[in-house]
Amino acid sequence: MDIHEYQAKELLSGYKVPIPRGGLAYSPEQATYRATEIGGNRWVVKAQIHSGARGKAGGIKVCSNDTELADAAEALLGKKLVTHQTGPAGKLVSRLYIEEATDIDKEIYLGFVMDRASERIMVVASAAGGMEIEEISQTQPDTIIRVVVDPAVGMQAFQAREVAYGLGVDPEIINKLVPTIMGCYRAFRDLDATMVEINPLVITKDKNLVALDAKMSFDDNALFRRPHIAELRDKSQEDPRETYASDRGLAYVGLDGDIGCVVNGAGLAMATLDMIKLAGGEPANFLDIGGGASPERVAKSFKAVLKDKKVKALLLNVFAGINRCDWVAKGVVDAVTELNIKLPVVVRLAGTNVEEGRRILNESGLTVITAETLAEAAQKAVAAAKGA
Amino acid sequence: MAIFVNENTPILIQGFTGRIGTFHAQEMIDYGSNVVGGVTPGKGGTTHLGRPVFNTVKGAVQETGAQASIVFVPPPFAADAIMEAADGGIKYCVCITDGIPAQDMIRVKRYMRRYKKANRMVLTGPNCAGTISPGKAMLGIMPGHIYIPGRIGIVGRSGTLGYEAASQMKALGVGVSTSVGIGGDPINGSSFRDVLEHFENDPETDAVLMVGEIGGPQEAEAGQYVRDHMKKPVIAYIAGLSAPKGRRMGHAGAIISAFGESAPEKVEILKGCGVTIAPTPSEMGSTVAKVVSSMKKVA
Repeated sequence: MDIHEYQAKELLSGYKVPIPRGGLAYSPEQATYRATEIGGNRWVVKAQIHSGARGKAGGIKVCSNDTELADAAEALLGKKLVTHQTGPAGKLVSRLYIEEATDIDKEIYLGFVMDRASERIMVVASAAGGMEIEEISQTQPDTIIRVVVDPAVGMQAFQAREVAYGLGVDPEIINKLVPTIMGCYRAFRDLDATMVEINPLVITKDKNLVALDAKMSFDDNALFRRPHIAELRDKSQEDPRETYASDRGLAYVGLDGDIGCVVNGAGLAMATLDMIKLAGGEPANFLDIGGGASPERVAKSFKAVLKDKKVKALLLNVFAGINRCDWVAKGVVDAVTELNIKLPVVVRLAGTNVEEGRRILNESGLTVITAETLAEAAQKAVAAAKGA
Repeated sequence: MAIFVNENTPILIQGFTGRIGTFHAQEMIDYGSNVVGGVTPGKGGTTHLGRPVFNTVKGAVQETGAQASIVFVPPPFAADAIMEAADGGIKYCVCITDGIPAQDMIRVKRYMRRYKKANRMVLTGPNCAGTISPGKAMLGIMPGHIYIPGRIGIVGRSGTLGYEAASQMKALGVGVSTSVGIGGDPINGSSFRDVLEHFENDPETDAVLMVGEIGGPQEAEAGQYVRDHMKKPVIAYIAGLSAPKGRRMGHAGAIISAFGESAPEKVEILKGCGVTIAPTPSEMGSTVAKVVSSMKKVA
């Protein structure tokens, strides 16, 4: 789960990470009010969306009076911002963060991730922070500092010093940088994060350290024990099709084609998408119904997949292990009847009780297209979508 | 022989008396697995499915001589159950549980390192379908009837895609020595490389089918192992060749992700290491069959 910049900053400041003064605004009037509260004569209006690279997309505006503040807020609120991290649909701006402007002397990159190779939390830092960090990591990989934390004892101060000295900052900054690094690590560990990123971490002209931007993502599997993090979820930043499914306990991924896919298991789902593409089609989405596919669950899945109006054909591919093909077949019959589905439905069943499942489908009197193999199912679904 | 489990391996069920544990324990018993008992804290001293229930893994191991265990414990408590198995003297543990927090798995992996390699438990999973040595023992939740006994090893992340592979092989008369699910979680007990090493050393396995997917460094690492240390042929399919680029937050992922995490990159790396690639998921079985028949010609 991702959260907004202002939420990440609030959490991190609780761990002694220095942040600029700022406040949230939902309207142009609030934006000017926040600026007055903060004081000073230069502010930054920042669109709150779950994405980086907002600056390049016009989501960050520097203002020096009320008129500019109100105009910037007016222009951003309600707008959809498209960055290279959001996908072409973009993300809706419904909150703004108004912050005092910072006089930047130097920009540092500081990130914390779950490293799959070492299976530990890893600190990633670079003296060249800012917008070009990904490019730098490709062209000059040796300049990236990486430190892995031993989970038995947690991050040690010497490791934070190693990162701080490695960044080559002035001696008076070291004493501010080390607690910031330790604070980010503690936030990562305590809150079950999967990513903490401060980019840029700024050294100001008057030799202060401040987190100018902050991003955090969290482990969905750990939200049960982090209720105050779970509360920060903002559904307006998610694909509405995915929100609908996840609210019903289904794992859904929205894509751009016209074949709706219901599959059990993520690996088989990916293989099904591969087969559809090979057969010349484009999947609209896929929904993983998981292990226990009860008839009700099949009906719920069909409903979720059909929410997408681009869908021209449905493909159900279930390899029954824990579940049984006859239950799944009964679910298909119920769903097609109850939801009055007129679109072509291709069903491929395999595994436990497959004969019984096929018999139920054949005797239902419904025009369900059946397939025996993965390849056959994909071809039939592609043909059905093109014919519809 | 097979790897990890055979008909004699004494098996313990952790989370024995729960609904899911009960259902799958019965399936395993019906398959012929040597289930000797189970653990449910608070229910020690009772009997379930005709087997004794214990409060602790240590107690169960002392009484029954259990060597393998399977974990059906819910996500908040699963890491604890795995560590209890590692400390209780279990040699091989399968964790079925889906949804364990990643930091819990980091702790589990670190905890297991406190034992010398000779005494260290082997863990596969979590979030997997388990392990089966067809005709001998099932330590998992798979439909046992889709596997026929044979000499091909299977190792894969996904449960149902593994079933797909096994049933394609069955249709062509190709049998399985052992099929191991390593699970879909980013941090898992054993990697592809770890399991390949067991298959390389198993006299009853002639070749291995590896079913991988996009993301993570494990398939590339396995490729290097195949190139440098394996004599047995390896066949692979990588799911997600057509997967869209994921939406993401921030730069951190892009900075640490090395070459070899996308499906096409993995295929290239594996090919370069001498692995035979099944081009589509419907050709996993036939690609294995082709390799098997060419091996016979050489012999």
